[in-house]
Amino acid sequence: MDHAKSAARFAADEARTHWHDQALYSLRGKRDRAAATIPEWEQLRETAARVKEHTLSRLAEYLEEFERNARKNGIQVHWARDGEEHNAIVHGILARHGATRMVKSKSMLTEECHLNPYLEARGIEVVDTDLGERIVQLAEDPPSHIVVPAIHRKREEIGELFHRTIGTAAGLSDPKVLTEAARQHLRQKFMGAQAGLSGVNFAIAETGGFVVVTNEGNADMGTSLPPVHIACMGVEKVIPRARDLGVFLRLLARSATGQPVSSYTTHFHGPMRGGELHVVIVDNGRSQSLASEVFRRSLSCIRCGACLNTCPVYRRSGGYSYSYLIPGPIGSVLGPQRDPAAHASLPFASSLCGSCTDVCPVKIDLHHELYAFRQVLVEKGLVPLHKRIAMAILGSVLSRPWAYRLAGRLLRWIVPRLPRWLAYGPWNAWGKQRELPPMPKESFRDLVGKEPP
Amino acid sequence: MNAREAILSALRRAAPPRVPLPDAAPGIVYPDPERQFAEVLAGVGGKFVRVPDLAALNFELGKVEAYARAKQVASLVPGAGIATVDLSAVKDPHELDGLDFSIIPGEFGVAENGAIWIPGSTLGPHRAVFVVCQHLAIVVPAGQIVSNMQEAYARLVIERPGYGLFISGPSKTADIEQALVIGAHGARSCTVFVVG
Repeated sequence: MDHAKSAARFAADEARTHWHDQALYSLRGKRDRAAATIPEWEQLRETAARVKEHTLSRLAEYLEEFERNARKNGIQVHWARDGEEHNAIVHGILARHGATRMVKSKSMLTEECHLNPYLEARGIEVVDTDLGERIVQLAEDPPSHIVVPAIHRKREEIGELFHRTIGTAAGLSDPKVLTEAARQHLRQKFMGAQAGLSGVNFAIAETGGFVVVTNEGNADMGTSLPPVHIACMGVEKVIPRARDLGVFLRLLARSATGQPVSSYTTHFHGPMRGGELHVVIVDNGRSQSLASEVFRRSLSCIRCGACLNTCPVYRRSGGYSYSYLIPGPIGSVLGPQRDPAAHASLPFASSLCGSCTDVCPVKIDLHHELYAFRQVLVEKGLVPLHKRIAMAILGSVLSRPWAYRLAGRLLRWIVPRLPRWLAYGPWNAWGKQRELPPMPKESFRDLVGKEPP
Repeated sequence: MNAREAILSALRRAAPPRVPLPDAAPGIVYPDPERQFAEVLAGVGGKFVRVPDLAALNFELGKVEAYARAKQVASLVPGAGIATVDLSAVKDPHELDGLDFSIIPGEFGVAENGAIWIPGSTLGPHRAVFVVCQHLAIVVPAGQIVSNMQEAYARLVIERPGYGLFISGPSKTADIEQALVIGAHGARSCTVFVVG
């Protein structure tokens, strides 16, 4: 689905769009205030970027080191080339234990692999336990944001959803009451689960363990009660040393929500007493991204969501306007790497203002990557015909100074004389929902010519 | 070729030229780490209590409403609180579901974010004790507050095999319309006693 078309549907509800915009921008504001409390913030970003760059330059070695040390800690390590292999491994572990009820904390990787439908088709109940994730799961929606998955839902809608699905009283809308209802509902699920699955924020090569952060404590509940814990990670999650966490953890929560750190930052270095701990390491296209000189930097992402919160396009078009499961600037770089044809409109879902690049804690040059991807898409012939024609015309005009001057003069004369229906026809995307600026009488060149030397 | 070899060789083929691994410059150091810690802890929804000794701790603990009301109390800090649950007699962590109040030791605090490092070996036979309880108290010895997370990692020892975590305030969520609600799945309150 074309981003501009689905964004138009979202933006049709002006009040809601405004509310969404403000809600996300308040997170950006919190991020700014949190960053300002750390004098060495910019240095930290630089260090984080360089640690990631270093790690990517010897990823295979670090993964081997991680695996070796994890095994010493009693962790069982599995490797999956793609989503299908990943899902089969997870299912195999559950099947061996005869587990039919699993609780899950947030993992964008399992969304990417479509783990939930795979397991459900095999008779396993999967319960997402992050509150936002549970809301979208009950609503049978995908997450619309990677940190606050249900940000597109209003409190009244959540009250109605809970009434319909988990049997709360009708008409609830107080977030406190709704959260308490979810707590009671999910507590039962935690107590009944036979296995817990978590994502991985950071895997540490040096120590053979990994870190999971949450505010709710859902990852801790889900992995401290049942005897089986499965943690799923992309190959890019590994970092060299435990002390590198000192850099990343100072950046992650501040960038995400403006908190100084998440409530729970849990380090797993072995199974719990009498239990099993499995780590599934997944490629699923990441090695291909690593091979690309331009796009490999997107593998540095630590999934804080700051680029979504600041993006003027994301804030006003919502997560569902993006065809890839990770929305916003980072998703618009990641999605087309997986499938350029399916996500061809995403690199154009940006004004290239660069705000994403400015806030990224690991300094991914997001808007440059978006721009570079546009060129890849044009080369692959994946840009719609009208855009190709417009670009061909513009290209020929802009590359000939005489044609540019002539076109400028013609437009300055014609546009003010056009009837409104013609100037604001469906062919003028810049005239949708806004007024064109008044045409200047003279060109910049004319004005400069008049200046005294 | 199995998946492991396929992935590792693909990553080796794709690897960019090597670049060095940098170390971070030292982070911010607070003139009064304990004061900074107390302020930040309040900001993340926790409660800071400074006491000279265990007797004073127990006196202050008695004033914590959740503790006063608690029926099932577990304490992993000798002399702190009156435990009514014997954790070593609990066979399965699911039995801890009714736990009202847990008192656990913390090794040190971090001033910049109100977090406390909890080594897994200090959590007793069931590590769920810190998250399954309705309310939590953490006891940290005085003088054990570092300024920032870089200092924290220079100091902490990761138990291998093992478990360990930072806790910063109570369990919380803002997943419904960005409204902050304390008490998502874990402890509904987090009181930190600094003793000594």
